[in-house]
Amino acid sequence: MTPARASALRIETPEGVVFALQLASPVLRALAWAVDALVLAAAATAIGNAARVFAMFGTDWAAALTVFLYFAASMAYAMIFEWYWRGQTLGKRLLGLRVVDAQGLRLRPAQVVLRNLLRAVDFLPAAYLGGVTACLLSRKGQRLGDLAANTVVLREAKLLEPDVEQIAPVKYNSLLAFPHLAARLRSRVDPEAVRIAVAALAQRDGYEPPARVELFGELAAYLRSLVGFPEAAVEGLTDEQYVRSAVRAIYGK
Amino acid sequence: MILDLPRFAAAERVYWHELEALLNRLRLEPGWRMSVPEIERLHYLYERCSADLVRLDAFSTEHQMRAYVESLVSRAYAEIHETRAPAGKIHWGAFIAAFPRAFRRHLGAFRLAVGLTLAGCAFGWFAIRADPEAKAVLMPFAGLMQSPAQRVAQEESAGNAKTDRLHGHKASFSAQLMTHNIQVTVMTLAFGVTWGLGTIILLFYNGVILGAVAADYVGAGYGQFLAGWLLPHGAIEIPAILLGGQAGLVLAGALIGWGERTSRTERLRAVAHDLLAIAAGAAAMLVWAGIVEAFVSQYHQPVLPYSLKIAFGVLELAALSIFLARVGRR
Repeated sequence: MTPARASALRIETPEGVVFALQLASPVLRALAWAVDALVLAAAATAIGNAARVFAMFGTDWAAALTVFLYFAASMAYAMIFEWYWRGQTLGKRLLGLRVVDAQGLRLRPAQVVLRNLLRAVDFLPAAYLGGVTACLLSRKGQRLGDLAANTVVLREAKLLEPDVEQIAPVKYNSLLAFPHLAARLRSRVDPEAVRIAVAALAQRDGYEPPARVELFGELAAYLRSLVGFPEAAVEGLTDEQYVRSAVRAIYGK
Repeated sequence: MILDLPRFAAAERVYWHELEALLNRLRLEPGWRMSVPEIERLHYLYERCSADLVRLDAFSTEHQMRAYVESLVSRAYAEIHETRAPAGKIHWGAFIAAFPRAFRRHLGAFRLAVGLTLAGCAFGWFAIRADPEAKAVLMPFAGLMQSPAQRVAQEESAGNAKTDRLHGHKASFSAQLMTHNIQVTVMTLAFGVTWGLGTIILLFYNGVILGAVAADYVGAGYGQFLAGWLLPHGAIEIPAILLGGQAGLVLAGALIGWGERTSRTERLRAVAHDLLAIAAGAAAMLVWAGIVEAFVSQYHQPVLPYSLKIAFGVLELAALSIFLARVGRR
């Protein structure tokens, strides 16, 4: 039985720290390849134009140069870019993808060359069918070239340091008057729900009024189901104000 | 439980930024060699950020911050735990010697490639001798469809300087031969990833064509023409394709790993450099073979005597054998 395809590559360091790298989906990889194919087509046009200039010195040598340059460009394009940009071609850079060693180590020149030489087999029988099939069957989403070179393609999210001061400002948080209940809320809340609540608060002015009422109603109901604060703490709070206070309480503010 | 996130971020932010700046510099300047204090500092920052990640894992619900610190740790991990030497300046002497050394390290795979090709040759030879009509099936190439007598007459009459059919096309013909043969060799290597099946089929099929052509020409009494035609470029081209097959079989061996206790990843990592050395060597040989095929092989008697062409081919083969057997020996 084929193992299920993972969406992330988990690596445990010798220090016992576990981190995850997001694997790129076959669709994103196909889009990056399409961009690279366009770049190569543009390079072929440029080589053709350059050959017309060289034809002044002899048509035979110009034709030979065209054949050789196009071959070199198609073979070396991905190798050179992936080495120089540490795992990225133009297409991968645009789509935010990067090739890395499957153990999370630095990409080596031998790995770059090998995975690109084996592209010839991944392309067979047509339109990367072999590569896509291998990618779908592999747990780490590896095409045949990746398997041989021990590489994976990651999706690089643009990660910026969060500005925690901007999370849900509130003048006075009545829930913090009950620190034991706030601590219970922190221990019970699902991190994913907190993430959704923070995102909802950050974009609250962008919602249609009925959708806004419904969204914060659901979030408030979930948070209320975790911990019951006394009436004195929640009196007069709308659902949105309750969510804002709860999020601030979770972050200790 | 949860951290007091703003206080935690305020205390640790300076270290995160320092590590990020170091990692950005390493990414932008691959050739940068760190001093010992810089390496120690990188290690300290990595360990500190790893500890922060563990704390965020255990106590925090803040996803964005966790993802940010995780990205720093994953990038630093690649730099800290990389034990393989960085790729520095290319030393051409070592680079050239790497090819014959890799060839000798995997001599068994080369012998197997030769054996498969010879088996194909024998099959092609006997198939043509038993059924000459099979020629159209075994070697469906326009240039080989004529009878040997017709081909020899055509080649020998076209080979003089006045009726040179390649006049004005030699360079482009040569480039096409080089690129085509390099593609074939790369495919022979790359098919190793099909657990060797594709490589075995390609080697056998190449042998079948060679055996069938030899049977056709030798049977018709044109053995000398065939040797004079094929040897000048074939003495390099055929071994290059065999080397591609050798690399493909090495790749297949690493994938299968019969009787090996190491993981597939370790086996592949162990042979990766040898595969590339062999592939690069074979590609260089095919550039030479392409030049010889366009500028020498296409000329026959009376322009170039067959004995001279055969002697040239034998000399090339001897030089190649000495190179592969001797160069890089310690």
